[in-house]
This record gives sequence, C-alpha cells and structure tokens, in this order.
Amino acid sequence: MAVSQRRGLADLFRATEIDARLVGMLGALALIWIGVDLLSGGAFLTPRNLWNLSVQTASVAVMAAGMVLVIVARHIDLSVGSILGLVGMIMGVTQAEFLPKYLGFDHPLIWVIALVVGLAVGAAIGLLQGVIVAYLGVPAFIVTLGGLLVWRGCAWWVTSGRTVAPMDDAFRRMGGGIEGAIGANWTWVVALIAFAAIVWRTLHARRRRRLVGFALRPVWAEVTVAGLACLAVWAVVLVANSYDLPPRVAERIAAERGLTVPPQGLSIAHGLALPVLIAVAVGIVVTFLAQRTRFGRYVFALGGNPEATELSGVDTRRVTVMVFVLMGMLCAVAAAISTARLNAATNALGMLDELYVIAAAVIGGTSLGGGLGTVAGAMLGALVMQSLQSGMVLMGLDTPLQNIVVGFVLVVAVWLDRLYRSRTLKGSAP
Amino acid sequence: MSDARSSLVEMRGMSISFGGVRAVDDVSLDLSGGEVVGLLGHNGAGKSTLIKMLSGAYRPDAGDIRIDGRPATIHSPRDARRYGIETIYQTLALAENLDAAANLFLGRELRSGWGTLDDVAMEVETRKVMARLNPHFAKFKEPVRALSGGQRQAVAIARAIHFNARVLIMDEPTAALGPQETQQVADLIVQLKKEGIGIFLISHDIHDVFDLADRVAVMKNGRLVGTARTHAVTKDEVLGMIILGTCPAAAVPGPGALAAGTA
Repeated sequence: MAVSQRRGLADLFRATEIDARLVGMLGALALIWIGVDLLSGGAFLTPRNLWNLSVQTASVAVMAAGMVLVIVARHIDLSVGSILGLVGMIMGVTQAEFLPKYLGFDHPLIWVIALVVGLAVGAAIGLLQGVIVAYLGVPAFIVTLGGLLVWRGCAWWVTSGRTVAPMDDAFRRMGGGIEGAIGANWTWVVALIAFAAIVWRTLHARRRRRLVGFALRPVWAEVTVAGLACLAVWAVVLVANSYDLPPRVAERIAAERGLTVPPQGLSIAHGLALPVLIAVAVGIVVTFLAQRTRFGRYVFALGGNPEATELSGVDTRRVTVMVFVLMGMLCAVAAAISTARLNAATNALGMLDELYVIAAAVIGGTSLGGGLGTVAGAMLGALVMQSLQSGMVLMGLDTPLQNIVVGFVLVVAVWLDRLYRSRTLKGSAP
Repeated sequence: MSDARSSLVEMRGMSISFGGVRAVDDVSLDLSGGEVVGLLGHNGAGKSTLIKMLSGAYRPDAGDIRIDGRPATIHSPRDARRYGIETIYQTLALAENLDAAANLFLGRELRSGWGTLDDVAMEVETRKVMARLNPHFAKFKEPVRALSGGQRQAVAIARAIHFNARVLIMDEPTAALGPQETQQVADLIVQLKKEGIGIFLISHDIHDVFDLADRVAVMKNGRLVGTARTHAVTKDEVLGMIILGTCPAAAVPGPGALAAGTA
C-alpha cells in the first residue's frame, strides 16, 4: 500500500517533470513559516513581515545565485562578503563624495555611474581571483580566504574606516523601502508579464517537442504546472499589494497628486520591492546562463569531470575565470542593494555574508563535490535561512541561540539532502 | 607496402619526459586510412602517453606529426579534433553528472539561432547515433552516472564517431566490457575500417587486438620494439616482443629492439 503510494507520487513527479527536491524545500519553507507564525503569536505571516523578509533576503539571494556556479565548478568563494564591503564603500564614495563635486547632488546620472563603477570593480576583483585560481593554480579556498582579508582591508582603506552616508535618492530605491516599492499597478504589470512568460514557455517547449517527435507531457500535467506557477505569482502579488504605506506617507502622496483623502483613510499599497525584482531578475539570468548557454554547460561539465572537459577541447581555465568574474559582479549587485537599504556604506557591511551565501547554496541542494546545484534552489535556500533568522527575532530569541539554530539547521539540511540523493540514485540505477 | 600508400598519420621521433623520466623515447609510427594498428605493450610502456601526444592532451618535447603528409600542429585536444582525430580514452572521459547528449556534444554543442544550447536537436542526433551503436539504449534523460559500463562505452564511442572522424584512437576499448559488448565493439571496428577510418587500438592484452589489427606496434620502456603485419607473425612472436623486446625476422625493428646477438 505504502509502496504503491510512493510509486504513484514518483509517477506524478515524472509526468509533470517537477523537481521533487524543490517541492521538498518549499514544503520545508512552509513548515518553518507556519511554525514560526504559531510560536510568535501570528506576527510572522503578515503582509508587512513577508514583504520585509523578501527585501532582507535579496542581497544574499543574489550572491547565492553566483555561488552555485562557483561551487558547481568545484571551487569556493570565501571573499564575497568582503567584496560586497569594498564595492559598497566604493559605490558610496562615488555617489556621496566624488560625483557631486562635478555633477552636483541629486544629478539623475549619479546612481547609474555609481552602479557601473561598482560592477566594474566587482568584475575586476573576480577577474583577479579567477586568474590566480585558473592560471596560477592556487586553490580557490586559499585565494578567496586571502581575498576575504585583502578586500575587507581595502574597504577600510577607502575612507580610513569612516561611514559614508547618505546615498543618492535614486540609488536608494534599489534597497526597497517606501521609495523602492513599485506600487500596486506596476506590480500587476509585472504579474501579467510573468503569466505571459509562463504560458509562452509551456507552449514553446511543447511545440519544440512535437516538432521532433518526442513524447509530450500529458496536457493535465502541463496545465497543473503552469497553473501552480501562475498561482504562486498571484499569491506574491496579493501579499505585496496588501501591505499599505504608512497613513502619513499616503496622505503626503495624495497631497502631491492633488487627491482628496476619503474620511475612512487612504490605502496605497507598497507593491513589490525593487531589490526583490532585481534578485528575481538575477535568478532568471543566471539560470539562463547555467542551462541554456555553452558557458553554463561547461561549468557543470567541469564540476562533473574536469579532465574530461579539458580533453573535450573546452578552455576550462577561461570558464573558471568567467565564473569568478560573474561572482564578483553579483557581489556588486548585492552591495548596491545593501548600501541602498542601509542608506550608508559602512566598514562592516557584508561581514559573515560569505557563510550565509555558502549555506544558502548548500541548503538549496548544491553539492560541495561539484557538478550539482540549481540557482532556484540556492535562492530558496537564502529565503529559508532568512525566514529562520527573522522568525527567531520575532520570537524574541537571543542572538547566540539564533546562531545555534541556524548552524544546526544547516547540518541537518545537508544530511537530509544526502539521504534523498542516495535513495534516488539507487532507485534509478539499472 | 604501407610506404606505397600515402600515410594518413605519420609520427616521427616522438619524445616526452615527465620529471626526468623518458616516458616516450624517439618513437616513429604511421597509420593509413582503413588500417587498424594495434599498439601493444605492458602497463607503463608508454602507449597511452604516445597517443595522448597525438590527441593533443600532451605536448611532445620532440618529434613531429604529419597528417596526409602535411605537418600538423597539435597543441590541444581542440587542434586534434580539427584534424579529425578522435579519442576514446580508457577512462571514457565522460562528465558523470551530464546526460548522454550533453557528453556527446561536449565542446561542440549545437546551438539555436540565438546562440543558446539546442538541447532538443542534440538529443535528436544522439538518439540517431545511439540507435546504431546500442539499439536498446533508452536513458537519454539520465546522467551518465546512472548508465552501465557498456552504455557508457557506447556514449564515448558515439562521441568519437559522430563527428566524421578520420583517425580513431581507442585506448583499451573493451577493458570494462562483457563478452557480448566486446563483440559489438569488434564489429564496429570492422565497419569503421570499411569506411576508411584509420584506427589505433591500444591494449596491454594481445588477444584483444590480434584478430582485428592489420599491424601491431610494440612498445617497451617508452621505446618502439618494432612493428609487424599480423599475418606475418605469430602471437608467440608478438608476446616475445612485448615481454623480452626481441624482434622476429618478419617484423620491422625499432630503436627499442634488443640487438639480435644479445637476444
């Protein structure tokens, strides 16, 4: 009975081609959310908390997307937190002290220039570390351990440890907050684009398979998968759009637009936060790189069998360098989000982030042995970690206890993943 | 006789050292189209090392390679592939975490008009090649890790023959296979030979290659003992070449042959 049920479930996953691991993670996330909500007296599952949670997750999630590729290629990057700190500091000085001298404050180009400078510095740092790993043959663990110290030291050096603030107004939108939310209407626009993309993807894949005569997924499976995806988008939109701006801010906006405030009070929704949209966009782009480009194919091949990849004529050293360059650039994106959210560039920004990023990737199913991992899993892993953390804050747990729980969860998550993997591998062996 | 035809591959004076040890020392060997040359010798005799210089995995310290009589520069596996030299390594050199199609096209992926990977087209091609090599193969969606030894071998061979190879190097191709699969590989070699492909068959076991090869070349301690046409020598004589380094009368002696007086 139990066996036939398990078989039925396996068939379901096979027919729909849903990744069972991902479903497991979503289940774990749901458990955490419900558990924490109960323990914190209903303070967790509120639009306000979920919205904040999404913003808090963005920075680590962005870096986790890059870390997946680094780990898949059998490397590691311990320097991401320090790169974030240095790049954040450079972007801070660029927009708060350097550019205003020439452009004046609040020039519309300041945020763009600061961001481009940050991306360039991030890419350059990644290039340097990647070249040392790939061409000089120093293990990534050592190179980036050195980087952890070097870049943190450089961050201090930029302003001799002084905090740089405030950030440019347009730049600050990248950190979320009231200015960094796109409002209810734009949120619906994003949702409609997402719906269209989901439907297009489903139809396109189906057409392609029919063209070459491959077996098609059953229609019910297609409809179920696409339907669930749309439902998820819809749920996110509903949450984002039911978190209202504070009444005083709403009144100010109403006054600016010449609206009259109705007697029962004004309700203007936040909508999705920009950092969250940035993180989702990063996730889509990196997933695309990983699954649909030669570069991504080579990263996975490198993790599976470096020698075979080399013998296949792939320039493995170049691929390695590119992985680190991408990681550096994603650190810059994360740095933009973090400095914008804090409205300051500080010396301690991103400290210990490398551990959270690696933990997120590993919880998300990335194998430290290389060759295995998904970007979506890693970003979900970042959400799981952040949920635990802010949940424990809501429950009023002390910081030491929080660390104990997070460390414990990390180890248990990886152990469960190993159990799952060894079982599925046995099941599929001939 | 082989001198009359223009050789497909000519290796002259190939040498390579690793840390002061001469792994391959002044070896010259050639191969014609449609010819199977068995490269024999003990483990560590330098067979694989010699062949890795031809396939671009190692760079020789000395010696030159000619393809169709013209000097060829082979500095990387990519260069070798450009000359139509395909290698099936003893280790198979497959990325275990990728599926058959991804392995078959590794380094030579088919791409769509947008420059993205065309996985569907690659799977279609893979199904075609695999149908020829192993008609029962059905695990196209699974990582190579989940395949049996024979199935992996089929993927490795498919990768070598799919791209119109002219020279095929097979390093211990049947070492991990059962009798039935070994026969399949033997049939395939006969078929590829008919198509005019030149094949280097590397083995430490004379029985694997004696019936398939037109010629054998024997190496010992990094040097070439000699080459011989298989119908002109006996298995025992070839064994003598492998074990003792003696060269029978019907063979062409190389620099590694024991002098007749000392034998």
